Amino acid sequence: MKKNESYEEFIKGVWRDNPVFAQVLGMCPMLAVTNSAINAVAMGMATFFVLVGSSFLVSSFRNWIPKQVRISCFIIIIATFVTIADYTLLALVPKVHKELGAFIPLIVANCLILGRQEAFASRYPTRLAVMDALGMAAGFLLALFSLGAVREILGDGALFGVKLFSENFEPWVIMILPPGGFLTLGVILLFFNWIKFKKDEFLEDVAEAERSGN
Amino acid sequence: MKKRDPELLLFHAPLLRQGMTTPKAMRDVLVALAPATVASVWFFGLSAILVLGSCIGGAVAAEWLFADRKARGESLRDASGLLTGLLLGLTLPPGLPLWMAFLGGFIGIALGKVIWGGLGHNLFNPALLGRAFLLATFPIAMTTWVPTLADGGFLQIYPGNLALPFMQAQVDAMSAATPLGMLKFEQEVTPLAGLVFGNVSGSLGETSGLLLLLGGLYLWLRRDLDWRIPVSILLTVVLFSACLGFFDDARFPAPLFSVFSGGLLLGAIYMATDPVTSPVTPKGAWIFGIGTGVLVMLIRVFGGLPEGVMYAILLMNAATPLIDRYTQPRVFGRGDDPE
Repeated sequence: MKKNESYEEFIKGVWRDNPVFAQVLGMCPMLAVTNSAINAVAMGMATFFVLVGSSFLVSSFRNWIPKQVRISCFIIIIATFVTIADYTLLALVPKVHKELGAFIPLIVANCLILGRQEAFASRYPTRLAVMDALGMAAGFLLALFSLGAVREILGDGALFGVKLFSENFEPWVIMILPPGGFLTLGVILLFFNWIKFKKDEFLEDVAEAERSGN
Repeated sequence: MKKRDPELLLFHAPLLRQGMTTPKAMRDVLVALAPATVASVWFFGLSAILVLGSCIGGAVAAEWLFADRKARGESLRDASGLLTGLLLGLTLPPGLPLWMAFLGGFIGIALGKVIWGGLGHNLFNPALLGRAFLLATFPIAMTTWVPTLADGGFLQIYPGNLALPFMQAQVDAMSAATPLGMLKFEQEVTPLAGLVFGNVSGSLGETSGLLLLLGGLYLWLRRDLDWRIPVSILLTVVLFSACLGFFDDARFPAPLFSVFSGGLLLGAIYMATDPVTSPVTPKGAWIFGIGTGVLVMLIRVFGGLPEGVMYAILLMNAATPLIDRYTQPRVFGRGDDPE
């Protein structure tokens, strides 16, 4: 039972309550840095680290943080991890760090992260909080990667910088420009909403059939 | 045997027959565009048919794919997808790869119409939205213009057309600047006769001014067209270029050149007048037309692009709800307050 519970917390972030596709949170990095798969993944990893780390700390300290100043405490904890992520990226992959630019420090303002602290980590035991953070961060990484991959494949004919097509591939310039981010995100959201719609319809049909059966 | 329900039609007071329906209006526009379409085939040969066909194919495919399963036939029957495809095709360069034309038609309907809720709900003209997408996505292919065909070259296809999907067009040896491009970048003026009859390089439908005007006249006679919009656009452009000519005759285009060059006639007569995306009030129609004309001239003369009709109309489309709101006629007996 206990195992199931933490699995449930994990999978809900990846799929059912995916921070991007279901909750539409964290749009700023989502649209700004997904012009190539490598940028998207670097951003996703940094967010992953910050979210899991701060969820762990916040959840461990949850009984000592006074309610009145909790937001500023969360922000300080998040900012600590963001600074670590910032310098780590700068040391390991300076090129990517340069391209991501101001968006790494801005992770601190990502409403997904603060939202998880406020809604989950500050109320639940550490194990569940970490599982929840892992799920949400994995979901965010997945969303960033899918957007970045689509945009890089169409906009540049490549994935992670590896050319996928022959020499005279026609790049879709719009895809690596900001409108491409909006278009791709819109199409993906449309697709997820369609799945949800179909699923609800199916569940309704099943319920209907069960009612008439009894 | 099952009894059939009797067909009962109930109408309220004005019992005059209402002649105008959406499919009828669409068909009228198609008829009005026929001469210009034939002219594009005359000047660009088989390529014109292929590009127009791909656009229409893309538009109809999107219309079919995103329609409700039960209403599939219905949405195709009013020919609005066909018309969008044709209008888009007429704004494209003849040497465009066919897969891009197909994509443009598809995007035009999908993002320009279906996503807003279908016919009558869109904010922007779908054909121009498709073109704007293509221009932003494939800027080089969309600005590579080819010269008109020589005599007897009907079956000759521009090599650019046949590029494989997702592949570039092979570099085209023959290319030609449009009259507006020549004026902007080489200070060379095309003679007016070529512009009127259409034997100039340019997109498929923007070559022959005369035939476009003829179609506009037909639409006006059939009452399918708010005459205020094209008239105000063209008048604004003429006045604007006359004023500019006052300052520097050589640098700025002459009034008639401005009217007959580029996509102005096509845009002013067939796209700006789209009843869905233009204001409904007469005063609004004047504002819309004047705004479009001013934007066209500003982009052409002072902007970085040689042609600005598309962006001018799209920008005014965006302003249409606002114009409609502020030009509501005062309700009789309610004072000055429009509420």
